Amino acid sequence: MDKIKLPKLLIFGALFYLVVQVLILTGVLNGYFVVIINRSLIFVILASTLNLINGITGQFSLGHMGFAAVGAYVSGTLTTIIFKLNPHHFADNGAFLVCIILGGIGAAVVGFLIGFPSLRLKGDYLAIVTLGFGEIIRTILNNIAFVGGPRGLLGIPKFSGFTVIFLFTFFTIVLLRNLVQSSHGRAMLSIRENELASELAGVDTTKYKVLGFVVGAFFAGIAGGLLAHLLQIAHPTQYGFYASSILLIMVYAGGMGSLTGSMIAAFSLTFLTEGLRVGIDWLRDSVGIPIGTEWTMVVYALLLIFIMLFKTEGFMGMRESKILIIEEKRV
Amino acid sequence: MSVPVLSIQNMTHYFGGLKAVSDFTFDVPEGVIYGLIGPNGSGKTTTFNLVTGIYTPTQGKILFEGKDIVGQKPFRIVHKGIARTFQNLRIFSNMTVMDNIRVARHFTTRAGVFASFLRLPGFIRESEQVREECMQLIKLMNLEHRAYDVAKNLPYGELRRLEVARALATKPKLILLDEPAAGMNPKETEDLMKLVRRVRDEFKVTIFLIEHHMKFVTGICERVKVIDFGETIAEGKPEDVVKDVKVLEAYLGRKAVVC
Repeated sequence: MDKIKLPKLLIFGALFYLVVQVLILTGVLNGYFVVIINRSLIFVILASTLNLINGITGQFSLGHMGFAAVGAYVSGTLTTIIFKLNPHHFADNGAFLVCIILGGIGAAVVGFLIGFPSLRLKGDYLAIVTLGFGEIIRTILNNIAFVGGPRGLLGIPKFSGFTVIFLFTFFTIVLLRNLVQSSHGRAMLSIRENELASELAGVDTTKYKVLGFVVGAFFAGIAGGLLAHLLQIAHPTQYGFYASSILLIMVYAGGMGSLTGSMIAAFSLTFLTEGLRVGIDWLRDSVGIPIGTEWTMVVYALLLIFIMLFKTEGFMGMRESKILIIEEKRV
Repeated sequence: MSVPVLSIQNMTHYFGGLKAVSDFTFDVPEGVIYGLIGPNGSGKTTTFNLVTGIYTPTQGKILFEGKDIVGQKPFRIVHKGIARTFQNLRIFSNMTVMDNIRVARHFTTRAGVFASFLRLPGFIRESEQVREECMQLIKLMNLEHRAYDVAKNLPYGELRRLEVARALATKPKLILLDEPAAGMNPKETEDLMKLVRRVRDEFKVTIFLIEHHMKFVTGICERVKVIDFGETIAEGKPEDVVKDVKVLEAYLGRKAVVC
């Protein structure tokens, strides 16, 4: 009988989970760090799904955070309503999971409605449409009193803990990996490589562009839901162009088409953001240089320019870590 | 008489005011190697683009196995059984040789997106089968030592063969080869001629090719059509066509023929 080999990804995931959990329990990581780790994990989902659209299928979406907003508001509204109706019996995570998935489905539907007409456009035009879409979502949320308008959706119950977020992130990565390394994923990749040749290899390019968009939107919606239930607030400004552009920087920094790269970049950039915030506060309060946190964006802009000039292919290029590669028998 | 694989009837195509293809009518019979030749800008590649659905002809009909395919999307035409290669290689250069070929086999697979998300047993079985079939194609093209190399690292001659393999992976009935011998030395050209014949015999496909290379055309084609400025100037067996005065004019200029 063959020796049963545990998949490397499972081992890696379990190790990561155990280490963080032990560090939390022993008190090495305080609440602040746990929040940063949770945010990083959510950004892993967001960056790697944006990578599916921009890196692997080769489209150019600038409104990825719009899908996260849909997911956050849909699931946040649902859990808030349920919570108000029945605060005592909402201990079970089942209803929460359903709400998160519904948020993802809502985002996927919006992704389909946006993607189907606009993915006939190429390059810059698609970028403009998706940029507009992100802003439209933000403006709409700003003007619906039912979800709090510019105040944001407040009082969302806190359901996202490290375990829940970790599990969602882990399964997202597993599913994305499976998709990318299947014939469907290769069809998507071929569109990026050469759209005409892809079409003439029999690939229904429109279908696969829309598919990439819808799958990306679905998981972004889930990430948005998780974020809302972590921060207990969903606010229109969280999902604006600023946030979408940070996702873009993560994808470019990590490497277009590399899920590994997106994971690494999501972690490093989330920690960098916090580091910069601390550093800027220190410069302002102790040294007396009058700067605010908006200067983090300057650092990001410089980082992006640096990548474009010196490391065009990003940190990982197209490579994947061995952990993420599904091995095939080589005949 | 059986229905020709490809039958083009009164096909005309304009780019704005420019008549790129003028009233072409010809049949490509099943199982032949058919050559379309002509000087630069005579409308050869445009003809291929019309047949594969990249352009829609201004007028006329294109019948594939007796059915009109005008106006269909390129990938649908591929599914029906027309594959092609490109004059300027269009390889998926960041993908491996195996993946390049597997993409072309993708539309024949049945496993859905959900099956691939979850790697269900049926999906895995089908993937293995596809990989074995593609490996056969890779071996046929003598690329087995390259199967898992990224395509951009391959030399030119191997990329040409890879493109033919990718076209074959769609299980076509008709293959269009756009200048397959471009940039090849005499030895490579000779190997290519053998390969094209072998492909025709082993896969029972019809081959329709464009070529500049006279020696290649006369050596391999069973029927040729010569065009210039979108007009047909000769059609027939290659050995007859090369003697045609109009053909010589088109290629060498009027004075050369008169002298």
